[in-house]
Amino acid sequence: MKARAFNYVKASTVVEALKAFEDAQDDASYIAGGQSLVPTLALRLQAPQLLIDIAHIPVLRGVDLQGDWLRIGALTRHHEVLTDPLIRQHAPLYSEAAPHVAHPAIRNKGTLGGSISHADPASEFPAMTLALGAELEIASRDGVRRVPADDFFLDLFQTAIEPGELLVAIHVPVVRPGHRWAFHELARRRGDFALVGCGILAEFVDDVVKQVRIAFFSVGSTPLRARQAEEALIGKKLDQAVIAAAQAVVGDDLDPPEDEHTPPAMKRHLARVLLGRLLGEIARQGA
Amino acid sequence: MSDLVNVTMTVNGTEVSHSIAPRITLADFLRQTLELTGTHTGCEMGVCGACLVILDGRVVHSCLTFAVQASGAAIETVEGLSDRAVIADIQEAFHQRNALQCGFCTPGMLMTAHALLSQSGVPSREDIRDALSGNYCRCTGYEAIVDAIEKVARDRYAGANASAPEEVGA
Ligand SMILES: Cc1cc2nc3c(=O)[nH]c(=O)nc-3n(C[C@H](O)[C@H](O)[C@H](O)COP(=O)(O)OP(=O)(O)OC[C@H]3O[C@@H](n4cnc5c(N)ncnc54)[C@H](O)[C@@H]3O)c2cc1C
Ligand code: FES
Ligand code: FES
Repeated sequence: MKARAFNYVKASTVVEALKAFEDAQDDASYIAGGQSLVPTLALRLQAPQLLIDIAHIPVLRGVDLQGDWLRIGALTRHHEVLTDPLIRQHAPLYSEAAPHVAHPAIRNKGTLGGSISHADPASEFPAMTLALGAELEIASRDGVRRVPADDFFLDLFQTAIEPGELLVAIHVPVVRPGHRWAFHELARRRGDFALVGCGILAEFVDDVVKQVRIAFFSVGSTPLRARQAEEALIGKKLDQAVIAAAQAVVGDDLDPPEDEHTPPAMKRHLARVLLGRLLGEIARQGA
Repeated sequence: MSDLVNVTMTVNGTEVSHSIAPRITLADFLRQTLELTGTHTGCEMGVCGACLVILDGRVVHSCLTFAVQASGAAIETVEGLSDRAVIADIQEAFHQRNALQCGFCTPGMLMTAHALLSQSGVPSREDIRDALSGNYCRCTGYEAIVDAIEKVARDRYAGANASAPEEVGA
């Protein structure tokens, strides 16, 4: 299948990209790595008049430490996420998720910003954005704003990015001593979208959970925080009973859609298993 | 209708320049405009891996890239790798081990193998399978492909004091 005809412009600045979108009266799409957009165009699920290539805008690139925040440019490619030492040190859940995102050739082109903007509920990076408590820097014709991950993922493939706006960078509060984290997903094959996946970032003080963010993917119309499971852990030491208490409530946190191959009951079961494994791993990290 | 765009890129070491419609994928540009039909198209949605090419040193799907996006880039196709003889040992091992039957998947398999074997160290069978996770083969059952790549990995490692292989990102 082939995409319908469109015009193409390459933007060299954010302002140029935003203006091109406005001039096209919103009948446009931005293209970054194209690894989600091109199949969508080929299947003719979308047919914009204009494609605005944002892959050459310098300010959307780069990874830098800015005080207590790591700024990751939206154009950072999946393969860079996999190997970047700053991301590994300061936003490790992205690095741990990266080998599970698609296949090597797709990781060579796909961008972190594209994955987060696309907001596939089965994708790893959007959920890790939630687990890390990142903030999303969004540019519009009116200026720039930062949206916390908790307010960013609104519905299936819908985010706080309004039509015509650009995701510029992802700002991650850096992990500190006392933080522990773990990532795991269950997939049929490496590189396939997960049946269920989860990333956890927890802050401990003297082995007691002070704060925790548990983010699941592939279990609802957006990446989801398991708020009840989180509450079951706050102020507690991670022993068997506490982990079991979190597992007992996690099913209620999730909202898996009906699916012939992986029905909601199965997804809830897998999520309980996954949560148990991850919390066990986090408990052992303190030993 | 859309406006034609001038694209200039280097393909297998030769600079090419054409005026094309933006909807033309890099795969179709290579196959139809340049008549380099070694790059295959199967699914045209990033799943089968038959269309892999090297773009600025990294393996990508030519079906998931519009040719206009690749303007200014250096592309290498399976023809280029084959002519430069950098994959001669992989091709020989595929032949010896019967790692192809219809051959439809083979250009993509060779690209993936080339990228994997350009990294340092000897990949395990698990690593090889992982690297091949985006390459579909409907004929061989994969076992022979993994065998062939493993053999080249071992042979190259054994002969490593010869010239160092060039770096290509996985
Ligand atoms: C076979 C296959 C398997 C895959 N498997 C996985 C997987 O297991 N896990 C996974 O997470 N993903 C998977 N993907 C998707 C892949 O990770 C995509 O690369 C990624 O989701 C999109 O990034 P991109 O840069 O390619 O975005 P594009 O395809 O260029 O864009 C995607 C969407 O986001 C918008 N967009 C892009 N960048 C911005 C920006 N900076 N600001 C505003 N809007 C923007 C575009 O307009 C478009 O609507 C797979 C893809 C394929 C083809
Ligand atoms: S044709 Fe490109 S992956 Fe199938
Ligand atoms: S040899 Fe026929 S598809 Fe692989």
